[in-house]
Amino acid sequence: MSRRIGAIAFNTFREAVRDRVLYNLVFFVLLLVASAPLLGRISAGVQRVLLVNLSLTAISIFGVVISIFVGISLVSKEIERRTLYPVLSRPVGRGEFIVGKYLGLAGTLFVNTMAMSTGFYAALFLMTGQFTRADANIAIAIYFVLLQFFIVIGLALLFSSFSTPLMSAIFALSMFVAGTFAGDLRDFAQMTHGPQGWLASSISYVIPNLASLNVITRVAHDQLISGALVGYNSLYAALYSAVTVCGAVLIFSRRDLK
Amino acid sequence: MLAVEILGFEKTYAAGFWRKKQKVGLKSLHLEIQQGEVFGFLGPNGAGKTTTLKLLMGLIFPTAGSARILGKPWRDPAVRAGVGFLPEQPYFYDHLTPVELLDYYGSLSGLSRADRRVRIPRLLERVGLARDGSVQLRKFSKGMLQRVGIAQAVLHEPQVVFLDEPMSGLDPVGRREVRDFIQSLNREGKTVFFSTHILSDAEALCDRVAVLSGGELRGIGVVSELISQNRGQFELIWQGSEALPAMKALAADCHVAGETVRAIVEEPRLQEALDVLKARRTQLISVNPLGGSLEDYFLRKLGPAGEVER
Repeated sequence: MSRRIGAIAFNTFREAVRDRVLYNLVFFVLLLVASAPLLGRISAGVQRVLLVNLSLTAISIFGVVISIFVGISLVSKEIERRTLYPVLSRPVGRGEFIVGKYLGLAGTLFVNTMAMSTGFYAALFLMTGQFTRADANIAIAIYFVLLQFFIVIGLALLFSSFSTPLMSAIFALSMFVAGTFAGDLRDFAQMTHGPQGWLASSISYVIPNLASLNVITRVAHDQLISGALVGYNSLYAALYSAVTVCGAVLIFSRRDLK
Repeated sequence: MLAVEILGFEKTYAAGFWRKKQKVGLKSLHLEIQQGEVFGFLGPNGAGKTTTLKLLMGLIFPTAGSARILGKPWRDPAVRAGVGFLPEQPYFYDHLTPVELLDYYGSLSGLSRADRRVRIPRLLERVGLARDGSVQLRKFSKGMLQRVGIAQAVLHEPQVVFLDEPMSGLDPVGRREVRDFIQSLNREGKTVFFSTHILSDAEALCDRVAVLSGGELRGIGVVSELISQNRGQFELIWQGSEALPAMKALAADCHVAGETVRAIVEEPRLQEALDVLKARRTQLISVNPLGGSLEDYFLRKLGPAGEVER
């Protein structure tokens, strides 16, 4: 079972690489390295804060765009082109296929993020000429960004298991935007009572809590991230991704292919 | 043990904007296919051939009915290890080379790395793609993709091979190669179940055929028997017009071209017609049975509206 999932995941990764999905990396790294000296000229005091904010936000946006737009096509493209037929006519369960696809794109995003992070650290070193302990703290923010991608891929896969690519993109993007404001929604739910409060509270738990995964500003200002938050976010992302992937498996296992 | 046993497969699709209309894809299909048999599944476009194959492969779900492949329930994933499938007009990951594609499918079929290394080059040689093993599939022609499709269907040496329109869109050379390949699979003792609307291929290859139309099974039988069932008329050609008046009374149709006469005679009157020609001392040139092709059987089962490619 694990070998089949591994084969599907590797094929998904290879497809992403050969479809030039990772070419944005070159653009990203060039942009960062070029912007580092410019930022230094603009404002010497806040150059590090700016660079961290700019870079990590860019990593996040690049990754979310890939997660959504590649994620929604993971299954639909295979059905549309009928490349799925020779796969599912073998001893491969539909669940194995979905999990393999998920892991393949998650792996792609991992490599993508690692490469972009390397570019970011290179730019940071170019600007400051040294690495400090606070710079290592930034790695936690990057890890959280990666967890966001894993959640968004799960959502894209879930929506694409029952709707068209366009609708899946709209749903996944909406969930991402709503998820970034999940903290505000939870605050609102706590202040509101009655059916409205119950509704707001329910919605706030259904949408992914991406707000707690965004610590970019905090690490830019050298605030330390607690180990408890790392543990909580890791568990939350694992559970949320597992639920969305299980949902996708359940729906896809009952679906007629064209 | 039967290779394939279809027990009342039915498939109905929801159609229309509100999906309230029902479109019948397949009506209560029962079929039994013996091991080692080459079985042809004939029918015009939209007859339900692909629907049947997709049901057997678990790609769509039946509204009713079930099936057994090699004695096991058809949805059992373990069954698929013994089954190969070529979809209609196959499309594969075009970023891969044939070697990479077959390696991927081989690993999904549970073949070890060592097995894959041995089998893949051998198979590419067998389908005539030995030189193109490292070319990306996006550069392949339709015929080459069809060969890759056949290679992936038999890579894991399945006992039963399902081929959906394997000759569709191929040139005469390609069709001949696919025919030869199916015959070689049959010689190896494999069961081949293939759908086609090209009757000459079915006639040349199949032990038995089934005719499907409008999602309904219209006929099934051994090819030679179906053809002989259909025979009923004979064409007589002779020289000399002496027997013409007597033969016109016996024959359904008579044509005279110079000294040569051609007549169509029903089987029950054949002996009488031959006696007339012998009595008139005419020079008999030939006696040929007519109406003995699979096409005639197919058209008879389908009625005048059937679409046939020859």
